[in-house]
Amino acid sequence: MRDFKALPDLAPPLVARGVIGWARENLFSTPLNSVMSLIVIYILYLTLVPIIDWVFVSSVFLGDDKTACEGITGACWAFIGNRLPIFAYGSYPAAEYWRLETCFVLLLFSFGPQFFEKFPYKLPLGIFSLTLFPVICYFLIAGGYFGLEHVETEKWGGLALTLMIAYVGIVAALPFGVVLALGRRSDMPVIRTFCIAFIELWRGVPLISVLFMSSVMLPLFLPDGMNFDKLLRALIGITMFQSAYMAEVIRGGLQAIPRGQYEAAKALGLSYWKSMSLIILPQALKLVIPGIVNTFIALFKDTTLVLIIGLLDILATVQAAITDPAWGAVATEGYVFAAACFWVFCFGMSRYSIKLEQKLHTGHKR
Amino acid sequence: MADPVKTQSKTAIWNDPTFRSIAFQVIAGVAIVWTFWALFDNTMTNMERRGITTGFAFLNETSGFGILMSLIEYDETHTYGRTFLVGLLNTLLISVLGIFAATILGFILGVARLSRNWLISKIAAVYVEILRNIPLLLQIFFWYIAVLQTLPHPRKSFNFADSFFLNARGFYVPGPVPESGFNIVLVLFFTAIIATVFIARWARKRQDLTGQQFPVFLTGFGLIIGVPVVIFFILGAPMSFDYPALKGFNFQGGITVIPELIALWLALSMYTAAFIGEIVRAGIQGVSHGQTEAAHALGIRHNPTLRLVIVPQAMRIIIPPLTSQYLNLAKNSSLATAIGYPDLVGVFMGTTLNQTGQALEIVAMTMAVYLVMSLLISAFMNWFNNRMALVER
Amino acid sequence: MKKTFTVLGVVAAAMLATSASAGTLEDVKKRGTLSCGVSTGLPGFSIQDEKGNWTGLDVDTCRAVAAAVLADANKVRFVPLTAKERFTALQSGEIDILSRNTTWTHTRDTSLGLNFAGVNYYDGQGFLVQKALGVKSALELDGASVCIQAGTTTELNLADYFREHGMKYSAVVFDTSDQTREGFEAARCDILTSDQSQLYAIRSKLGNPGSAMVLPEVISKEPLGPVVRQGDDAWFNIVKWTLNALINADEMGVTSANAKDMSMGTNPGIKRLLGTEGDAGAKLGLSADWAMNAVIQVGNYGEMFDRNVGPKTPLAISRGLNALWNKGGILYAPPVR
Ligand SMILES: N[C@@H](CCC(=O)N[C@@H](CS)C(=O)NCC(=O)O)C(=O)O
Repeated sequence: MRDFKALPDLAPPLVARGVIGWARENLFSTPLNSVMSLIVIYILYLTLVPIIDWVFVSSVFLGDDKTACEGITGACWAFIGNRLPIFAYGSYPAAEYWRLETCFVLLLFSFGPQFFEKFPYKLPLGIFSLTLFPVICYFLIAGGYFGLEHVETEKWGGLALTLMIAYVGIVAALPFGVVLALGRRSDMPVIRTFCIAFIELWRGVPLISVLFMSSVMLPLFLPDGMNFDKLLRALIGITMFQSAYMAEVIRGGLQAIPRGQYEAAKALGLSYWKSMSLIILPQALKLVIPGIVNTFIALFKDTTLVLIIGLLDILATVQAAITDPAWGAVATEGYVFAAACFWVFCFGMSRYSIKLEQKLHTGHKR
Repeated sequence: MADPVKTQSKTAIWNDPTFRSIAFQVIAGVAIVWTFWALFDNTMTNMERRGITTGFAFLNETSGFGILMSLIEYDETHTYGRTFLVGLLNTLLISVLGIFAATILGFILGVARLSRNWLISKIAAVYVEILRNIPLLLQIFFWYIAVLQTLPHPRKSFNFADSFFLNARGFYVPGPVPESGFNIVLVLFFTAIIATVFIARWARKRQDLTGQQFPVFLTGFGLIIGVPVVIFFILGAPMSFDYPALKGFNFQGGITVIPELIALWLALSMYTAAFIGEIVRAGIQGVSHGQTEAAHALGIRHNPTLRLVIVPQAMRIIIPPLTSQYLNLAKNSSLATAIGYPDLVGVFMGTTLNQTGQALEIVAMTMAVYLVMSLLISAFMNWFNNRMALVER
Repeated sequence: MKKTFTVLGVVAAAMLATSASAGTLEDVKKRGTLSCGVSTGLPGFSIQDEKGNWTGLDVDTCRAVAAAVLADANKVRFVPLTAKERFTALQSGEIDILSRNTTWTHTRDTSLGLNFAGVNYYDGQGFLVQKALGVKSALELDGASVCIQAGTTTELNLADYFREHGMKYSAVVFDTSDQTREGFEAARCDILTSDQSQLYAIRSKLGNPGSAMVLPEVISKEPLGPVVRQGDDAWFNIVKWTLNALINADEMGVTSANAKDMSMGTNPGIKRLLGTEGDAGAKLGLSADWAMNAVIQVGNYGEMFDRNVGPKTPLAISRGLNALWNKGGILYAPPVR
């Protein structure tokens, strides 16, 4: 008997493979689809070509003043390059940039590992980034101790300030959020009512009114002579606002923990605080990490509102720079740059949150 | 025989859960009240010492400043109370317009993301990922600049059929001026809406009882739009138009849509639409595939399946997050003040506050408006959720 | 829960603990800096350069107060404020002085809990128009769109003026002077209105300053000056008299260069002002050389004016109304006696 030897599989017909096959399936499957695809391709051609030309081809990347960009039809990126330090650090003294940079590196090393699945000392580093790190950085950035020159908060600005506000906002809101969420689910009517009122109040009003209140009216509520720094007041406002949102996210996690867990903890004779901190919260918090990341993204975008109360975040520094006659009409470049900065951070975070969600997802998805 | 439960309950009183709970609440309650009282007291002392006027009497004082856009009659001789109303209406206007446009665009995006056409679904995805990851404030500034820079000076306006004009001062459209007889059309229109509601109820009942369907949508459309239109023309079109015309510096007459409104509307609706698109996509995907298969197995064709099986179920998933997007949009409309659209925050918490100096009252009133708005929307959402919740066996 | 209450408790305790307060003077001394509200950027009055240094007439007014109180004109923290925020910031204690081209009006003085410490610039409202419109007088402005800054007297005067002359306008309101100028440049409006001195400043910032002109009409009185909170008379006196000292120094010919010598001279009025005779400083709760410090470190009123807005600056404003009373103006300070 002759050995049966299968011939190698033939490649699929040309029309079903490669670019053509793919296009047939995905772009031209029906007449209607084909027409739509063609229209879309045409529109893309009309818009993308000038955009690419403006961004890359006819643009100028290097130069120290307006003359570098005279007579060009594309973007004047030289302006961005020239103002980069201000956009990044605001009017923080140039000689002290290293302090901001140190903090940034510290942040990368302590918080960065959280994005990896396996990393040595991930937990201690995470705890460090949420507790000790902000304190260290405050002393480093503000100075006034250990021979460091004191830098007033009015000089803090740019992207550094944006990051700072967002980070402090989220870290400080976390404990408040936990407490409020627990309070909202408490059996004690006084506590529950207070927490519900608190949460709904902050969630119901626009952030800009909260910022306005904290920036100009807070001192009116406090005894005479007791006054904090403007940045600190904005941070207080943002933290209050954010903790209400955080509470709702965490409440979602608490609700998702099966009753059995609560009952089991009780059966073991654990007190309320013990059962919460040892059994329920660790599970609930883990569940809501994606939600926390999402509120963080929202907060990060909302930090731009501080410009309305006169703090110089990245958007404000960009706005100030584009009105500077030294560079002519560079508004679009400025806004595109600011948008790109935000986009990179927010998009990165949102990808991370989606990944987490998929990892944590144990339900039955089709 | 000793009852074990009873012996246990003889523990010290501070270990008794009920007692502890009550004591804790009393302490907490006192602390809360005390804190608020302290804040209130501080504020009152501070204001009194600094001689700041308090109370709401200012609402009856003459405002003395003009407002760019007002839906009700307003000029500088009206009161601060009126400026509040003007701002409030402008906020409601931009919110409603924004919600309307964002919903349409959002649904288109959501469906496009699920399109079989690769290009279309990718474009929708790119749109969503770009727009929702850039701060709204930045987008508002961007659109404002874009709108202002592309539109010409009034003397060089874009002219559409001599009745619509577009320039850097706004979009000018003819304003309808109803004449006698138009009221009949209006009455018909509203009667038709009410009638349609009743017809829809009746049709549903009949369908539940007999399984027969009734073309509610077509009937409603005919009643609400068709009949009034026909009557309108039978009555000899009792409506004239006030056409905008260039007089002096600007166009006068007709209706003006100011560029601030255009920019804000664009920014708000395009931004919110990105989120709504994701919600719609998740909603449609959230309906289990088995539902489609089951419907097909019952011999229901594709379109009715979508309309009768998928969409109603998807809506149940979509509506709650959708309402919270609406709420966000309404709150985000307060960013209007950054480009000078005269909304509540701009007109009232801005100019009025500045002229009167009564920060406390004014900020409280402004916040209360948003709070009421959000409570109303949440109340609606709860009502809707209860109505729509699956009654599980 | 416990945590919140601990926090609340601490906050509340802190409230009670500090509720006994000293006056602004003590606060400023304790802090070591003067907190001064200025504009977000108005050449000649208060503007920040790239390095973060503030200059301008309003800025110098604050510096003079810092020199008088803390003996150092640089111990000032400048807080940029929009017109809308300024009074709330002052009422709430965020700033010690508001020196931000602010008009002294009846309402502001009586019902906002503020006190105006004097006038450091007499101004009036005017109009800036595009030359291309061919407008020669404000009376031709019927139906115009007007760019204007929110929360100013300007907004109110404008309404009055147009109503008085039976004209219509639409007000396009912005938050900062930069935005207002951009609106004007983008043809969002036909005219821009503000205090006349500021119009020249704004015009100098236009892409093409030659394309716009200031109309001759001045439609209002705008006495601009530093403002303090009501209810702290000691501090009110300090600011008021620092300003008076600067004007008196101008009148007596005391300048930053010659103040030291003149304090040793023979003129008793000058000696009283500069603290080598009498106890003018002590009566204000300040050191004897309060006015001397202000004049030496900042200059007299005339020097401040010339440095910031005078004929040799880009704004090129002549003294006009702001000349001394004996030189054709209306600047007249009560004597130090
Ligand atoms: N004198 C007026 C102030 C006028 C005013 O604020 N003018 C604008 C110029 S358009 C200004 O100073 N802007 C500076 C800023 O925005 O900080 C008042 O007291 O109400």
